[in-house]
Amino acid sequence: MMEKMIFGRYIPGDSFIHKLDPRSKLIFVFLFIAVVFLANNAVTYALLLAFTLLTVFFSRIRLYFLINGLKPIIFLLVFTFLLHLFFTKEGDLLWKWQFIEVYEEGLRQGIFISVRFMVLVFITSILTLTTSPISITDGMEVLLNPFKRFKLPVHELALMMSISLRFIPTLMDETDKIMKAQMARGSDISSGTMKERLKAVVPLLIPLFVSAFKRAEDLAVAMEVRGYRGGEGRTRYRQLKWDWRDYMVLVLLAVVAVVLWWLRS
Amino acid sequence: MDIELQQVGYAYSKGTPFEKQALTDVNLHIPSGSYQAIIGHTGSGKSTLLQHLNALLKPTEGTVKLGDLEIQAKKKVKNLKPVRQKIGIVFQFPEHQLFDETVLKDIMFGPLNFGVPADEAERRARALVEQLGLPEEVLEKSPFDLSGGQMRRVAIAGVLAMEPSVLVLDEPTAGLDPRGRQEIMELFHRLYVEKGLTIILVTHSMEDAARYANRVAIMHEGRCVLSGEPEEIFGDELSLAAYRLSAPRVVRLQRRFETLLGYPLDKLCLSEEQLAFEMGTIVRKERDF
Repeated sequence: MMEKMIFGRYIPGDSFIHKLDPRSKLIFVFLFIAVVFLANNAVTYALLLAFTLLTVFFSRIRLYFLINGLKPIIFLLVFTFLLHLFFTKEGDLLWKWQFIEVYEEGLRQGIFISVRFMVLVFITSILTLTTSPISITDGMEVLLNPFKRFKLPVHELALMMSISLRFIPTLMDETDKIMKAQMARGSDISSGTMKERLKAVVPLLIPLFVSAFKRAEDLAVAMEVRGYRGGEGRTRYRQLKWDWRDYMVLVLLAVVAVVLWWLRS
Repeated sequence: MDIELQQVGYAYSKGTPFEKQALTDVNLHIPSGSYQAIIGHTGSGKSTLLQHLNALLKPTEGTVKLGDLEIQAKKKVKNLKPVRQKIGIVFQFPEHQLFDETVLKDIMFGPLNFGVPADEAERRARALVEQLGLPEEVLEKSPFDLSGGQMRRVAIAGVLAMEPSVLVLDEPTAGLDPRGRQEIMELFHRLYVEKGLTIILVTHSMEDAARYANRVAIMHEGRCVLSGEPEEIFGDELSLAAYRLSAPRVVRLQRRFETLLGYPLDKLCLSEEQLAFEMGTIVRKERDF
């Protein structure tokens, strides 16, 4: 199950998107989320989708892999689609069966919302798939730096984030291992009544917590032994580099935004 | 319970860019009542193979036969519980799976899951604690208050309490001190001899394999490259070297002795006691000659 999850995974590569500075990618995604909401008719949504597919193309990540990654949220996607389909009562009546009525506007809205959803998931997935967790946090730390003035513990936040990102796969592996060990002892999470299933989670969670705390302690000791004493005066091993690509991507996004503004109804 | 693997292949994350072939065309037959060692380097596919022995992983190619149960690639299998009761797995660092309030409850977890009545499960737990050389007081303690070695034993007791007929061991002595290591290995050997358990030992210790196993299989890059009697496998140092493995210390000592002696001994000795005896005999014979 977990091996199918693409969220938070990184695929190394050297595509155009991979080479971008994490800062520009973060700004891009952040602005893009706002830009998505500019679209409100067929032309603008088509443009948005085309732009997203272009991004996917330049990231050299296979589209079917991204679509596969949609599986965990397919329920949400279908649910929002149906919600709009059945509850928007505007435009012409398209189809009616007993008390279920589908209106033209409902269908339109349903499709638009699904496209918006997909586009957002694709773009954010592209960010995490093409940027290693460590450069994402580096980028974030730099971008958040101005907020230091307002006493925001930027370095600590970035450190916390990189540690949690670093330990996601470790904890996933650990979960997998413990789950298998308990399955071998006859515990079964995937079948039985709700109560039985909930009970079967305990033998999984307790060992996980125990090992997570142990790891945290080990990590703290290891960091202290190597002289870690907070972000004050710390230099960077990985220097971020902003070049023409980064300008280009942001300019491109601005162009898309302007065009969307112009074409929206 | 006979275990047979036919042309088994397994790929992790199949159909994604992370796809990784872990096993390729593995054929292995483990007859009931044997003590099978599976040896290989880290990353040779040992642990993946082991998870097939209990249907925790399903092969992506080929067939795994666990007694009467046949698990084929791309086919659904239902009701794995009976087979999981018959094949107990002691995972690497099994102490990580302890969770219950008391040692007693933790040991009883497995049997209760398989529908053993509570009083019988408790009886087994008490018997096992004694058999594993733990003081009786530990039964009421929290497993997290025990020492590492004791936790390991409790975890092993938790698997043995299911009374499996096949015991799969993944590096059961990793991280233990030499004494604890020997005690645990002796315990498994005793179970093998007295209870007639089939034992499958996954290890990278050539010494343990040579000392206890009566069948040996070598894994290398996801393939089962050699399999047979320990004498054949460990006597074939050239093949071992090709898979970046060295013969057990006792075999290397025998080879050195043979070089000094000028002729080979009649047979390959796989335990220190046996080799000492053979060397003694030769030395006495040479002296009297």
